Amino acid sequence: MSAETKLRTYILENYLFTKDPSALNNNDSFLTKGIVDSTGMLEIIHFLQDEFHVHVDDAEMIPENLDSVNNLVAFVTKKTSPPA
Amino acid sequence: MISQLRHRGPDGFGFYSDDSIGLAHARLSIIDLEGGWQPIHNEDKTVWVVFNGEIFNYIELRQTLERYGHSFYTHSDTEVIVHLYEQFGEEFIQHLNGQFAIALWDVAQRKLLLVRDRAGILPLFYTVQSERLFFASEVKALLPILGCSPRLNLSALDQLMTFWAPVSPQTMFQGVYEVSPGHLLKAVDGKLEHRRYWDWNFPQDEAYRRDSADDLAEELRTLLIDATRLRLRADVPVGAYLSGGIDSSVLAAIIRQQGDVSLRTFSIGFEDEDYDESAYQRRMIEHLDADHSRITCGNEDIAAAFEQTIFHTESPVLRTAPVPMSLLSGLVRAQGYKVVLTGEGADEVLGGYDIFKEAKIRQFWARNPASRWRPLLLQRLYPYLDISRGGSGAYLEAFFGMGLDQPNSPHFSHLTRWVSTSKCKEFFSADLRRQLNDDARKALEESLPMAFPTWHPFNRAQYIEAKSLMAGYLLCAQGDRMLMANSVEGRFPFLDHRVIEFANSIHPRLKMKVLDEKYLLKRAMGRLLPKEIVMRHKQPYRAPNVPAFFTGASPAYVKQMLDRSTIERYGYFDTDKVERLVGKVQGGRAIGNSDNMALVGILSTQIWHRLFIENYTRDFQSSTTSAGSVSLRKMAEV
Repeated sequence: MSAETKLRTYILENYLFTKDPSALNNNDSFLTKGIVDSTGMLEIIHFLQDEFHVHVDDAEMIPENLDSVNNLVAFVTKKTSPPA
Repeated sequence: MISQLRHRGPDGFGFYSDDSIGLAHARLSIIDLEGGWQPIHNEDKTVWVVFNGEIFNYIELRQTLERYGHSFYTHSDTEVIVHLYEQFGEEFIQHLNGQFAIALWDVAQRKLLLVRDRAGILPLFYTVQSERLFFASEVKALLPILGCSPRLNLSALDQLMTFWAPVSPQTMFQGVYEVSPGHLLKAVDGKLEHRRYWDWNFPQDEAYRRDSADDLAEELRTLLIDATRLRLRADVPVGAYLSGGIDSSVLAAIIRQQGDVSLRTFSIGFEDEDYDESAYQRRMIEHLDADHSRITCGNEDIAAAFEQTIFHTESPVLRTAPVPMSLLSGLVRAQGYKVVLTGEGADEVLGGYDIFKEAKIRQFWARNPASRWRPLLLQRLYPYLDISRGGSGAYLEAFFGMGLDQPNSPHFSHLTRWVSTSKCKEFFSADLRRQLNDDARKALEESLPMAFPTWHPFNRAQYIEAKSLMAGYLLCAQGDRMLMANSVEGRFPFLDHRVIEFANSIHPRLKMKVLDEKYLLKRAMGRLLPKEIVMRHKQPYRAPNVPAFFTGASPAYVKQMLDRSTIERYGYFDTDKVERLVGKVQGGRAIGNSDNMALVGILSTQIWHRLFIENYTRDFQSSTTSAGSVSLRKMAEV
């Protein structure tokens, strides 16, 4: 399963409590759409660590990394890519 | 029927009826134990009254009325009501210092007055069925006369899952309303007239009291001592709750200073130390040398009492916090007490809540939304939010920054809370969504007084808090209902209308000095308390929510109420979504505030449906009489 599918499924099932793919656009902002609150962000960070073995530093906890499926996919890709 | 209200008045019943009206009363004897039986009448039996509550200034009122020539046949506080009405007509209410739900019948004018106290301490509900007005202190007494099972008021559920409570006068029951706090409902000539006789009011154009802070602190001290003194009036012993916070500590200290009164205190502690305030309670007990009783509450206690709690709240809840309050009043009753003083109301009246601080910071920030350091003040409010390091603070900043572009919106102060709470509505079923036509926030906005936009933002936040969360939830679901579940009367010195009116007249900076909450209260009363009680960071009263139901084996009713088939049968919530939420909870995955509120809200709504709709025929339909009713048709015929 791709990172995108895993992340979409996780957000859909744990925050929107649905399997309906139309409920979530990959560019939807979790915060402005009210999908995830601040405690929910901590859960997402745990999920990234458990599922992708990605450690999230304090400085990385910014919307640019975590606030949509696309941002998460890009962040996970960057963190799991071997150093150039 | 009145027997449905036995828990509110286990000491006996009284009745009055004529060709138009029937009045019934369930008594909790507190003043004039021998002679205070209701209904009570005036000298020539042309004015009759039943009422729930207390008129604390009845001694002074009686002296005044005797000077006017009225003669009394009891020593009760109730009797002053009929004579006051004779003397002052409908304006009699303005003379009352108390907490009350009054039904007064004027035989000659064939006029019924239903009156509810200013802050909304005592409940009062009514419904009109077949041209007859029925009223009672709790909805369960009205259910038998409906004749068929009630329906959930979907707009009220929508409002509850936004503000924590329906917007008055709505209730969870379709066709059943409350008399709003500070209102009078008059039934005369077959018609109903509503009138507001009192409201929270604040100065316009900064026209606050100009006295020095010391003088105002002294005035507040005098008022609080008098409000407490009046609330110790009873022919039974009076106890006090002691939470470990400043408000109940102030009251206990005042009682201790009244030389002729013993100090008997009660508190609740939690097995989970995140919720427990026992250390502060012990400090106050030592300080005051109080005779104290304490009960400890664990997850199992909350789960075991939750269904019965919903029977008493008559409303879904979003937190389990009412449950420990019912266990506490059970302790009070078991110790032989039926009256307690509580510190409830101080935060609303004197500016104690974090939401006021939050709104103050957000207002400050809104004046310069580009500022990088203004939102850092939020960290003083929520020290665990590490905004300054740029971490998850970016999210918090975005969250608390919502609505900054509309600082004058009536929603501004409470927007963050309402957005969080509204997440519960994500679980509504498609069918319920289709039937919902109303906008919850618009309904609240329409209930605001004309002067609201002219008030200081801090006062606007106070008003919304007093009318929504305090009157709609704290004083009823978590207050009166949890006290009366065990036949205990709560008394609220901070909600003495003189205290409210005084506090409303002072500048907000004296309530919250920078971010120091209840500044004037601390200045006025701090010397009576240990420094660590005055200086402590305010801890909101909370109780375990989801863990109460899912730690260890869940009680059978939890499984049954959240089962797919039950969710589908009741129809309020989306079965798939609820199943996933329950799966998330059972999987032990960390769940945030929104999930907690949603789960408790869904579970309590399901229980509410089973208690009042599904079991209606068995538990309510067989009953035959009501707490009070009057024929509107017969009135009209006169």
